[in-house]
Amino acid sequence: MNTEKNIKTLIVKKPLKLDCGKTIKDFPIAYETYGSLNSKKDNAILVFHALTGDQFVTGINPVTNKEGWWSYTVGPDKAIDTNKYFVICSNVIGGCMGSYGPSHKDSDQKIFGTNFPVITINDMVNAQYNLLDHFGIDKLFSITGGSMGGMQVLQFISNFPNKSKTVIPIATTSSHSAQNIAFNELGRQAITADSNWKDGNYTSNETNPGKGLAVARMAAHITYLSKKGLQEKFGRKLQEREDLKFGFDADFQIESYLRYQGSVFVDRFDANSYLYITRAMDYFDLAKQFKGNLSEAFINTRAKFFIISFTSDWLYPTQENKDIVIALNSIGADVGFVEIVSDKGHDSFLLDVPDFLNALKNFLDKSYEEN
Amino acid sequence: MKNEFQVIADLIEKDKKVLDVGCADGTLMKFLKKNKNINIRGLEISKEKVQECIAKGLTVIEGNAEKDLKQFPDKSFDYVVLSQTLQAFLNPELVLDELLRVGKKAIVTIPNFGYWKVRFHLLFKGTMPITKTLPDEWYNTPNLHMCTIKDFFHFVKSKDIKIFKSLALNNLNTSIISESNLGVKNLFADLGIFLIEK
Repeated sequence: MNTEKNIKTLIVKKPLKLDCGKTIKDFPIAYETYGSLNSKKDNAILVFHALTGDQFVTGINPVTNKEGWWSYTVGPDKAIDTNKYFVICSNVIGGCMGSYGPSHKDSDQKIFGTNFPVITINDMVNAQYNLLDHFGIDKLFSITGGSMGGMQVLQFISNFPNKSKTVIPIATTSSHSAQNIAFNELGRQAITADSNWKDGNYTSNETNPGKGLAVARMAAHITYLSKKGLQEKFGRKLQEREDLKFGFDADFQIESYLRYQGSVFVDRFDANSYLYITRAMDYFDLAKQFKGNLSEAFINTRAKFFIISFTSDWLYPTQENKDIVIALNSIGADVGFVEIVSDKGHDSFLLDVPDFLNALKNFLDKSYEEN
Repeated sequence: MKNEFQVIADLIEKDKKVLDVGCADGTLMKFLKKNKNINIRGLEISKEKVQECIAKGLTVIEGNAEKDLKQFPDKSFDYVVLSQTLQAFLNPELVLDELLRVGKKAIVTIPNFGYWKVRFHLLFKGTMPITKTLPDEWYNTPNLHMCTIKDFFHFVKSKDIKIFKSLALNNLNTSIISESNLGVKNLFADLGIFLIEK
């Protein structure tokens, strides 16, 4: 799926016991960095990507030749200022941008497909923790990410309570809701219903279950936007035509837009990875790891938290973000919270939303000054 | 910084943990953090004000005191501060109870409706009083439950709330309110500051 050049890889020698019971070792973690690590090694920010993201946070992604997924947020003089901070991001295990995943080969040189072990958010962060040793970083300045990235942020600070000074989960949840699982299942069903999926044993780009994956992406994409945002952008506008055509072609702009989103996604993403990563999200329930008490997940950390949600995000709504705030307050943790007004839905954290970018920048820069 | 905040700050010892309820732009928080090494948190309903606090490096939670105080455990702060906001809640009694549950002590300030200028305004002009501490018109004021220093004094007594200190503020003058001078202070102070505990 990926072109190997341009991808930096750390081979993790240390065995990692996964939640499913299997142990993996000598596996690759693909990563990218931006900015430079200072001599005190106290300016590193570990960014976690969302479901379909990758390690190429900002600038031009050398594999897809498109802008990185967090280009509005990360870069010189931006909210996460790479003149100041050293940003590290790695592709999650189970992913398809160079980290150990279902498109890799097993010891018999056969592509894993669905023989790849089922991974969890916990497995993802435990794998990524190896990057700290790799860079000789004792303590990160911050960890951040939106959506599934936010889930990794929460899991990371729970697993490694002393390894980050500040913690910024964005537009996320501590537990995947029934609605979240339902949408993910819809995507998985679309993929597995594609006759090219072949129980996960497709072998090349030509024969991959692209149609199923495109439908999965289209359905998911709707959940990333708000009703108001969609209505304002598309309404009932027609696609390059004067009138309805009385057929099943894309009459409406929204149809054409979704079809396009589906088709470009297929070019850059592996269908089996989509199955694995959505499964990891569905299995995420941080409170359950602590007998139903979410506060216990954070009891050992002294880190400073800043939680951000968006008014029009109905996928990971404000209340689910506030539940994390409440869990932190109930143990007297240092936690700030703001809900940003935006019509751009869950995707707000990826877009040019000035109130969000300002809040993030101010929190980071002020916290760093106090360092 | 306004005199009220200076008086509040003087009531708080160094190195304490304080929650500022309705912290606005964080002026008091910043002062306490800088000058008294206070571990300070804020709760603020306005998104714009929350942003201002973040820009000052302050830890603030966007929220509503009537709904969001309940997430804090009992006596989790040494002091909880509520400046000139009690009268703006739908249920001030409930908020006061919550302040005293969350804080070991609470500092509550009250714009005094018994202040002579307020009384004069209503008596002679016949319109709703507008003063420095009560700047809004009747139709756009956030205040729902105005009270006087005397009202508040009697109210806390009736609830068996202990008053450690009660101060009357008139411009830059601060004086102690007691049972014996209550009538006078109620006439000449435009702000009452109460340090209380339950």
